[in-house]
Amino acid sequence: MDILNALVAFLNFVFIPGVAYGAQLALGALGATLIYSILRFSNFAHGDTMAIGTVFVILLTWGMQGAGVSFGPLPTALLALPFGIALTAMLLLATDRVVYRYYRRVKAAPVILVMASLGVMFILNGVTRFIIGTSDISFTDGERFILTAGDFRTWSGLAEGLAIRTTQGVTLVVAIIAVAALFWFLQKTRTGKSMRAFSDNEDLALLSGINPDRVVAVTWIVAAALATTAGTLYGLDKGFSPFTYFQLLLPIFAAAIVGGLGSPIGAIAGGFVIAFSEVMVTYAWKKVVTYLVPEEMAPSGLLQLMSTDYKFAVSFVILIIVLLVMPTGLFKGKSI
Amino acid sequence: MSGAQMTSQATSTGPGRGLLLAAFVAALFIATGLFQSWTLALLIVNMALISSIMALGVNIQWGYAGLFSVGTMGFVALGGLSVVLISSAPAPGGWAAGGAGIVLGLAMGAATIAAAVMAASKMGPGRRRTVVVAAILIIGFFLFRAVFDPAVQAVEANNPATDGNLGGLGLPVLLAWPVGGLLAAAAAWAIGKAALGLRSDYLAIATLGIAEIILAVLKNEDWMARGVKNVISLPRPVPYEVDLQRSQGFVDWALSWGFDPVTASSIVVRLMYTGLFAVVLLALIALSQAALHSPWGRMMRAIRDNEVSAEAMGKDVTRRHLQVFILGSAVIGIAGAMMTTLDGQLTPGSYSPLRFTFLVWVMVIVGGSGNNWGSVLGGFLIWWLWVMVEPIGNWLMVVITSGMADGWLKAHLINSAAHMRLLTMGVILLLVLRFAPKGLLPER
Repeated sequence: MDILNALVAFLNFVFIPGVAYGAQLALGALGATLIYSILRFSNFAHGDTMAIGTVFVILLTWGMQGAGVSFGPLPTALLALPFGIALTAMLLLATDRVVYRYYRRVKAAPVILVMASLGVMFILNGVTRFIIGTSDISFTDGERFILTAGDFRTWSGLAEGLAIRTTQGVTLVVAIIAVAALFWFLQKTRTGKSMRAFSDNEDLALLSGINPDRVVAVTWIVAAALATTAGTLYGLDKGFSPFTYFQLLLPIFAAAIVGGLGSPIGAIAGGFVIAFSEVMVTYAWKKVVTYLVPEEMAPSGLLQLMSTDYKFAVSFVILIIVLLVMPTGLFKGKSI
Repeated sequence: MSGAQMTSQATSTGPGRGLLLAAFVAALFIATGLFQSWTLALLIVNMALISSIMALGVNIQWGYAGLFSVGTMGFVALGGLSVVLISSAPAPGGWAAGGAGIVLGLAMGAATIAAAVMAASKMGPGRRRTVVVAAILIIGFFLFRAVFDPAVQAVEANNPATDGNLGGLGLPVLLAWPVGGLLAAAAAWAIGKAALGLRSDYLAIATLGIAEIILAVLKNEDWMARGVKNVISLPRPVPYEVDLQRSQGFVDWALSWGFDPVTASSIVVRLMYTGLFAVVLLALIALSQAALHSPWGRMMRAIRDNEVSAEAMGKDVTRRHLQVFILGSAVIGIAGAMMTTLDGQLTPGSYSPLRFTFLVWVMVIVGGSGNNWGSVLGGFLIWWLWVMVEPIGNWLMVVITSGMADGWLKAHLINSAAHMRLLTMGVILLLVLRFAPKGLLPER
């Protein structure tokens, strides 16, 4: 029995990666849920919006690095992030102007908007590949670790190491700031309140003089900020590759639906539910269990419920369970 | 308003428009044959035929019933799997190594799910039900792993360089086509049971997920079809080119017409495929047209156009949706099996949703939702574009950059031209959706 070592192994391999991944998913799901609740369609281009936002940030980061700008121990990408968000926001506003606005005006069925978002997805995906190619890109710099496994071992005298990467710490801090800013914006500002009113009851909001065009524009800007932040954090943490971002669509939608579509709190909770389920189901528990049980009972197998390649299945199964058990999600979102 | 309606009436009625468009697409293919090569043109024709069948399947789901499913890739891949399972030769020693364990394990897995579903539907809602269902699933999962895992390991350890799987049944490859349809239909039934009857977006997200899962299974379950190690040299329904070139009769025939025997053999083989695919396509079109114009088809369109009133007329909307979802998926599965037969190999790494799901959607929308011939037209036109956009884009880029000084920007632009495909398809989809939402051949 070695509870301390087991705990450290759990923290190192399950908890910390889960928290970082959960924060990234939560930001992604917040963007998707916001678009769903105000523009009333599932935006299939959201993953590729994250990708292209990240591409902007990467290009700006390279530019800054070339000019000798650095952020000390933190990744330079954080300095580039606000500018990346601005570029992505302009892109999304342009997309809305060219593509989506028409369908809103003719009051097209939501499924037509989803299809239009498929077209946008194609284009964004093509542009992403056009600009930056298809290879994996690592764009993090600065200090690699907040806490290295070796330092932790010397400090604690335990056999297990605990490492916290800078990108993981940055992810959490940036995500907390972003979520706090979003909630302050939605709850306290006039524009935020008008967005919530618009989401609750469009007709009543229009009747009370809320300008729908403004609400839509602000929604795209907020969605751009969330998507670019989520994409950049994910890319810093795990490296950038265009196709991965498309594949993030499923866990992101799963997170938004699990939490309750249209509910911001739900999107955050859903992000962490999906992330922890994925990490826990695909983690090989052998190490943790070996510390916990007497030596002669030590497991011979990996104790892995599913191989990592099936992580999509995890989001999917949770999606189905939520749908069968509570269709409105954890936080009473819109029924689907 | 009446003017706009009249023009749309004038352009949509009559077979003239369809014939004109068909002639235009045919001209594209003939030009490809004349200016590039006939083997290339036939290659594109064969994939276009298969793409048309996929588009037909999506059209059955979307055009007839308004179901928005983006799981096409998964059903295509299942069709491909059926080719391996039906037609490849059994792996020597594979079944002996662990075939029984795998079958038993799968049966136990299926029994577990069935028991859980039964318990969930028989017991009243409450905490007791949750506990019982969870217990059945958890115990069942560990039993399944206990039986299944050692069997899989044994099979995968059997000759891993060449086999490592169970292999197929060694039956004629043409049999794999209907079986591919059945496999896809079974998967569609399971997914439809869970996801139909909800908001339309939900089916889209659920099918997006199931397609990724099917692909993950294909990539990782090596005992089935060798995963990413691929299964190559699957049997063909037509003769091999080398055999034709060796046959004296064929060489004499080719020379008597003044053809080069090597070129002639590859053209003849491709033409045979074309014939086979065309027969399947025409049969499916005939069936689809008959269904569309039957009372069943009218009911489907009534449901699509107004679910509420169809329900008020006593139609079971969810049940009909499930039916049409299964039918469409089966057609896609058949096309998937045909594609793997044409390729002669199953390479799970080559399936991508952009290529197999969204491209097929572009075909359906461009061709005209709800019109079977529109799907065929869209399949041919879009597939030709998909193949041709890359060389055209390359050529364009070279022309555009010809005035530029050599440097990284020029090199980057020329290298990136390959990514023009996605861009072009996205633009085409958006343009058609916006300016001709009924597609080239509108539903009549």
